[in-house]
Amino acid sequence: MNALARHRRLTAIWSSNPGWKGWFSTVNHNDLGLMFLVTAFFYFLIGGVLAMLIRAQLATPRSAFAGPEIYGQLFTMHGVIMMFLFAIPAIEGLAIYLLPKMLGTRDMAYPRLTAYGYWCYFFGGAMLLVSLLFGIAPDSGWFMYPPLTGRIYSPGINTDFWLIGITFVEISAICAAVELTVSILRYRAPGMSLGRMPIFAWYILVVALMILTGFPPLILGSILLELERAFGMPFFQVELGGDSLLWQHLFWLFGHPEVYIIFLPAAGVISTILPVMSSTTLLGYRWVVAATVALAILSFGLWVHHMFTTGIPHMGLAFFSAASTLVAVPTAVQVFAWIGTMWKGTPRLLLPMLYILGFFVTFVIGGLTGVMVAVVPFDWQVHDTAFVTAHLHYVLFGGFVFPLLAGLYYWLPLATGRKRYFRLGQVAFALIFVGFHVTFLAMHWVGLMGQRRRISTYGPEDGWTAINLISSIGGFVLAFGLVIVLLEVVLNVIVRHRSLRNPWRSGTLEWATTMPAPAYNFASLPQVNSREPLWDDPNLPTRIARGEFYLGDPANGQRETLIVDIATGTPQQHVVYPNNTRLPICMAAVTGIFFLSILLKVFWLAPFAMVGVATLAMRWAWTLGSKKDLGDQPIGRGVLVPNIAEVDRPPGWWGSAFLLVANATLFGSLLFGYAFLWTIAPGWPPPFFVTPSALVLITAIIGMAAAVAGIGHAVSSNRRGAKPVAGLLIALAGIAALGVSLLAFLTMAPSPTSHAYGATLWVLGSYGLVHVLVAALMLVFLLLRQQAGYMSSQRRAELAVAPLWIGYLCVTTALILFCAYLPGMVA
Amino acid sequence: MAAVVSGCAGPLSTLDPGGPATRTIANLWWVMLLGAMAIFALVVALLALAFRSGRAPRTQVASERVWIVGLGLAFPAAVLLSLLAYGLWAGERLLPREAADVARVHAQAERWSWTFSYDDAPGRTTTDILHIPASRPVDVAITTTDVIHSFWVPRLAGKLDAIPGHVNVLRLEADVAGTYAGLSAEYSGPGYDRHSFTVIAHTPDSWRAFLEVDE
Repeated sequence: MNALARHRRLTAIWSSNPGWKGWFSTVNHNDLGLMFLVTAFFYFLIGGVLAMLIRAQLATPRSAFAGPEIYGQLFTMHGVIMMFLFAIPAIEGLAIYLLPKMLGTRDMAYPRLTAYGYWCYFFGGAMLLVSLLFGIAPDSGWFMYPPLTGRIYSPGINTDFWLIGITFVEISAICAAVELTVSILRYRAPGMSLGRMPIFAWYILVVALMILTGFPPLILGSILLELERAFGMPFFQVELGGDSLLWQHLFWLFGHPEVYIIFLPAAGVISTILPVMSSTTLLGYRWVVAATVALAILSFGLWVHHMFTTGIPHMGLAFFSAASTLVAVPTAVQVFAWIGTMWKGTPRLLLPMLYILGFFVTFVIGGLTGVMVAVVPFDWQVHDTAFVTAHLHYVLFGGFVFPLLAGLYYWLPLATGRKRYFRLGQVAFALIFVGFHVTFLAMHWVGLMGQRRRISTYGPEDGWTAINLISSIGGFVLAFGLVIVLLEVVLNVIVRHRSLRNPWRSGTLEWATTMPAPAYNFASLPQVNSREPLWDDPNLPTRIARGEFYLGDPANGQRETLIVDIATGTPQQHVVYPNNTRLPICMAAVTGIFFLSILLKVFWLAPFAMVGVATLAMRWAWTLGSKKDLGDQPIGRGVLVPNIAEVDRPPGWWGSAFLLVANATLFGSLLFGYAFLWTIAPGWPPPFFVTPSALVLITAIIGMAAAVAGIGHAVSSNRRGAKPVAGLLIALAGIAALGVSLLAFLTMAPSPTSHAYGATLWVLGSYGLVHVLVAALMLVFLLLRQQAGYMSSQRRAELAVAPLWIGYLCVTTALILFCAYLPGMVA
Repeated sequence: MAAVVSGCAGPLSTLDPGGPATRTIANLWWVMLLGAMAIFALVVALLALAFRSGRAPRTQVASERVWIVGLGLAFPAAVLLSLLAYGLWAGERLLPREAADVARVHAQAERWSWTFSYDDAPGRTTTDILHIPASRPVDVAITTTDVIHSFWVPRLAGKLDAIPGHVNVLRLEADVAGTYAGLSAEYSGPGYDRHSFTVIAHTPDSWRAFLEVDE
């Protein structure tokens, strides 16, 4: 088979369905990555228009352009859209589009999950967009502090759009984080050890783990606030034992890591492009990886610096101030590693390099003002003023948008296969750079002069008129520059001016594909021996296309790829992906019905939607696996590896493990909230604490023992070749006992609306019950699969996932009961 | 310098300090601004120098030592630790410590007004005007009856939040008698723009007169 025939054959196997209808059933990362990016840039435009409306309002004193009510929606939605509907999805899109190519593989770990994540983002974003169009958008600031967002002061639906829409969109972030983690760890080209990974993969790995541990506190906070608004469970109402500060802790536990979740992928773009622009390798690869990890860990220790003015005890302030200033050290390591890289090589002033220089100037200023606001006394003055608005735009526009534009111009040829014809990028850069600094440098000053954030107008006597006008003019110049970027991208897609392969003479694998990148990425999966495989062997693209490496024979007509060992990159498992399907979009739509039923307070519909999601999820898992033993699969070059149906740790196990990391963080945040209310909230202790019940505890212990023993027995008897049915039934009985125990616990708990204590116990118990349902569904599913003949002593992967979830259920139930009974035992 | 400082004047300017607390913070700002400008100039110079041609090639190990260990780790660690020490020292001076001549007042926020009461004049309340003695430390006990607000008199002290169920104490002091503008600095809904108040700092005589007025 020659290269062209192989290309045609692989394209037929991997392509999405033709025409626009193909978008709804595609599961290919090439399509979905671009769909994420295009949608994210659409929201960038909307958020940009809102920014222009804000600047128009503030351009003159006593402006009557927008009243305070409308203005509240403008600044809230500007923040919400830029953070949740632009920045995070743009990162997901970039990573999903690029990583399989950089890692030398054919797709992400879970192609259908990529699609499900995209459609959750699409529908969730659409909800927020609708609220904006109808003038009922969230209007209490992007960080939504209660009690202002409680139902007394925000009785309208505006706040619910935020809580429900954003939680819906977060599903896509969690999905993307799980599969990015598993993809980077396990789906790479043979021979690509951890130390040979492109630096961008390291950054995204760290970011994905941060999303898994950073987003759950926000999801929990949103659930609690919505429970308070919809059902009167008083988590944040001080009169009933709640505390509004709990929201601030949960929000910033997410909110500060979020800044680094946005910055680090952009730093990954710089670390990838800058060495290529300087014709050299990155200085201090290992140092940069270490700095990234350090930054990720530190970023979880400084959320309180957003709360310096809330009356935190003095020692706490000193600790968080120290952590907040020291986080600048790993950032400095990266900045100087980049400048050192330029000194090591010969930097060329190509267009992406211009945007990188724009990044340096802007981001360094943002970092320096960041250190300033980390110093507590200074923060007391500038907190909630325009100074902080200016600082955060220097960090986010400088640290994210400039690198993203560098990346756009750098990777555009890969996506379109065209090179730029009109030289608009340089003009755009000049307008963006000048416009940005005019807008935001001025805002530092007006903030020091006392202009607060979020005011809709000011008087001429305040003395801010000239600065605000200058700032607004700068803003419009900036917007004009961004429009030119958009125009150039559109022209690039329209004008057929073919680019050479690997136009920047880069060393990483994404440039080894044909251009534009084909649906299957690589005709054969290359053997990698260094960090820059294309520099080792300039002939590599041809050899890949000729099928000289792994999985070069598309004879069986399946979407195949390899799983490798985490550390060494040795091929270990053979993967067959599912084909195009509308299952993800259907499941996202039914998930959307669930969220809509809560939003519109049609609560009877919610259980039906949940049953719908569960049914589709079972259907989803049902299509995997095999009814007959497959044996070891030949993957080319004389290597045999088992199929993922016949291993102990299939992809589903890895995905579950990382999903449980996120889940455990959510649970941990709930326990944190409980401890916070118990110790800090003014309205404690409640009228009474529940006392431990022997019935609840004994049933729980019997349930746990039966569940663990049952699933263990099922796994071991299946391995021996016996039927696992008895073990599965014992486990199911154990799960049922756990359910009874938790239900009995809830009947003895105080009312969820009378005090935050009762409300917390109800959330804890319900959390346990949800997991009881999940575990029970898994066991029923396994019984059905066993009946249908999907299990054998060889095909043991079917039984890999349930033990994880059952173990998790047992540990959390034990913790729930212990923590629930603890105050009663102490008192 | 005089021109710069006069450009900083204004009823709400943090750089036109009217008391010891804001003077400490304004000095902190000027020191940090100068330091930041020096560091920024260094970074831009290093970037510009990267484009000059004919540099002597360095070994990888030597480069890592200079760029990463020297400039990336040691340099920011030294700068940040000294700044942190300065910041902590400045913060200590702002604390509401026990002292003999401290006047105590209470500030209670609601949408969109402030009610002030006075330990030295029990039962006396004022709305949107806070009276304090000048040249004496004043502790303001801040709370709210509805949503979160923030008490801020930019020329006299940093801001501190008013949080339901909590009372936060802020120390402020005015050097001279006079009128100072105050703001609520946490978004509280549509009336936020005009949620402001005035602080009147009295001379000892007029303070005594204020306390003795019988309403």
